[in-house]
Amino acid sequence: MQQQGGWIQRFLQAVKGQGGMLSGLLWAVGLLSLPALAFGADVAPAAATEYRDIPYIGSRNLVWVVAQLHLLLAGFVLGVPIFAWLCEVVAWKTGEKRYDKLAKEFTKLLTSAYATTALFGGILLFLLISFYPKLMNYLTDIFFPSFIVYCLLFLVETATLYLYWYGWDAMQDGGKKKFHIFLGFMLNFFAFFIMIVPNSWATFQASPVVLAEGSDLARAWAATWNPTWWPVNIHRLIANVVLGGYICGAYAGIRYLSARNAEERDHYDWMGYVGNFIGVFGLLPLPFAGYWLMREIYQYNQQMGITLMGGFLSWLFILQAMLIGVLFLGSNYDFWLGITYRIPGSELKYRKPMLSMLIILLLCLGVWMTPHSLVASLEEARKMGGTHHPLLGVFGVMSAKMTVSNLMILVTFMSFIMYWRAGKEETAGWAKAAKAVMSSLLVLAGIAVVVLGVWGYFVPAIVRINYFSTSQVLIVLFVMLTITPLTALLLKSAKTTTEMVWGKMPPRAGYALVLNAIMVILLMTLMGYARSSSRVHWHVYGVLRDSSQYAFSPALGYAAAIMALNTFVFCMIVAFIFWVATMSDKAKAPHS
Amino acid sequence: MGGSLLKPVILIGIVYTILKFVVPNIPGSAPLPASLIFLYLMLTTSGIVIFATLSGESKDAFWGPIQRFLTGENIGSLQVLRYGVLLLFPLIVGWQTYNSTATSDAPPAENRTIHPAPPGEYTGLSNPVAKTPDTIQQGKGFYAAFCSPCHGGNFDGKGPAARGFNPPPANFSDPTTIAMLQESYLFWRIKKGGVGLPIEGMPWKSAMPRWEVELPDEWIWKIIMGEYDGAHQSPRTWE
Repeated sequence: MQQQGGWIQRFLQAVKGQGGMLSGLLWAVGLLSLPALAFGADVAPAAATEYRDIPYIGSRNLVWVVAQLHLLLAGFVLGVPIFAWLCEVVAWKTGEKRYDKLAKEFTKLLTSAYATTALFGGILLFLLISFYPKLMNYLTDIFFPSFIVYCLLFLVETATLYLYWYGWDAMQDGGKKKFHIFLGFMLNFFAFFIMIVPNSWATFQASPVVLAEGSDLARAWAATWNPTWWPVNIHRLIANVVLGGYICGAYAGIRYLSARNAEERDHYDWMGYVGNFIGVFGLLPLPFAGYWLMREIYQYNQQMGITLMGGFLSWLFILQAMLIGVLFLGSNYDFWLGITYRIPGSELKYRKPMLSMLIILLLCLGVWMTPHSLVASLEEARKMGGTHHPLLGVFGVMSAKMTVSNLMILVTFMSFIMYWRAGKEETAGWAKAAKAVMSSLLVLAGIAVVVLGVWGYFVPAIVRINYFSTSQVLIVLFVMLTITPLTALLLKSAKTTTEMVWGKMPPRAGYALVLNAIMVILLMTLMGYARSSSRVHWHVYGVLRDSSQYAFSPALGYAAAIMALNTFVFCMIVAFIFWVATMSDKAKAPHS
Repeated sequence: MGGSLLKPVILIGIVYTILKFVVPNIPGSAPLPASLIFLYLMLTTSGIVIFATLSGESKDAFWGPIQRFLTGENIGSLQVLRYGVLLLFPLIVGWQTYNSTATSDAPPAENRTIHPAPPGEYTGLSNPVAKTPDTIQQGKGFYAAFCSPCHGGNFDGKGPAARGFNPPPANFSDPTTIAMLQESYLFWRIKKGGVGLPIEGMPWKSAMPRWEVELPDEWIWKIIMGEYDGAHQSPRTWE
């Protein structure tokens, strides 16, 4: 640059004498512009850049990883306040201080997790603007008003979070505590809107609606209310609770395994139980929300529905079944270990029911994981008369899947009830009748779910989807909503025969908690791939075509590698956040 | 060796026997592919491990013999067997590795997409032909003439020509086939046939003719009505 500057100065001095400073300047500009004219001669007028790429990694892969990490962190940041607030309310209502301590412990994570999430959000935004300018222009044109709303929501959410966290100790008594709980509620309230606003952008890409001419606000509003917006909102909200719960469980599991004294073991064993409970609490209604979402997708566009459920992505749902199955097994395993180890003497009493429940869960999982088109060699396919097995092929369709998922939810609910009642003896006069009613309800519900599932094969699809599947869901919900308060009433007057002992769980319980969290994270990465791939070669389905070199769906094996990478990186980030947040506590804690 | 270890081995043996020899002999059934048997055996094994580790005692009874055998602690005459395992294990791994990498003339496993997604222009179509007894009857007539040689007079995929095809023609009376699909999907498949399948449906193995060159659209829509009626199924709808 210095050399160039010197050259210009010498040139200006040379021309000064011939025509003055101004003409010299014009000459210089003209000379400097010559290369631009030479380049411009070939490409004028310049076309707008539609895509950019980076070498080796590829723009799509980079966006994929950053978007998935941002989403997982967002799920964590939105899930943890729900978890923490629920714990705080429990502490406030019951007076059990340990719930308040747990809530505070997790809220402490929020400040660093929140900043990390925003950081990944910012990186994602820059990458999207850089790599996909055409798409971002299109979306900005439609959603500009909601971008402003999103920014405003962030401002109030941040302020509320600071007040909630930094005011924790100062707002512990009387009216101040109520205000603190109100702050927690507002934190979740704003967080909910922070979740659903970007959901509208992503769901519009999958299920766009026709946008009539009108004001910016009217167009943004119309685009926001697309057919899959609310199903995704509900599905993600519940999934965030599940993620928050299981991550709490995993954290507790790791701390339990590395506990240095009995007090720590007690605390983290209990924390693991709470995390698992909240995870299961969210997991039970999650399949219903997922079913609703898939129904809306199928109804919105047959092509997208078939791509997901019967087309090239259908194998993805077998993987999903496996991951959900492991999650159900892991959650039940934790309850069963809890009965065995935390309530001494209960093992023999509950061993047979546990075996029955395990068998039902495995049978259900077997059905759920049976594909409609089987992987078979030519010879095997010839013997079967195709890739559909004539007998077990019936397990491959939604009627069977819906039935077994409902049964697995019922069994998991039973596990929880069994855990709740273990070590207690009901003293109420009506206890016998209540238990008979509850048992009958469970058995009848199970039979009804199976009957509706089998009947579903003999009725038109619309009857099965709108009435039978819905009835199955309502039956299971009815059972849960009836038995839970009934059990609570029953246990109110119950006598505790065996006190619960914390800190005696075997190490495998801690590993099971970690496994559950990994399963949830893997599930979220899998569903991220499903949601994105279902649009196939469209940025905005049927409207804005992907014309980049990446306009193809990556194969499931390749996608699985990226999912595994995302899961690993996310776990590392969360571990880092936990490490940073608990650093000072560990330094203060006395070594035993 | 403890009895607690024998029971799981027997259980796995029983499950395998049922899957391999009992299920295929149920009337209307067929042999299960190895992939499915493997899947069910894995589930059984997982169940055994979960149940065996529910308590300290059961865990010790289950893992104890395995641990003792592997460490060679107080196993007496089983020591020879232990050395046998030491020799056999690498041999099995080597054999498996060879099997999975050696060149073979066996065709690869079938994993094609049976129901690929239809092109966008077919997704919003509805049957333009009024559903009346006459049109259904006409559809059945067209079906008998053009479709039944392969898909069968009983709509069960067992027409006189069916045995010549692999994969076999679809069985419409099976509630897991056309009952899961919208009419527009069938319209696309009949009109475009096997050659009209998208890349996603590779490898293209459907012998379905491209009926658009021989039949007018109206006939195809009538055939669809006749198919559903004859197979006692209903198309997927949203109303």
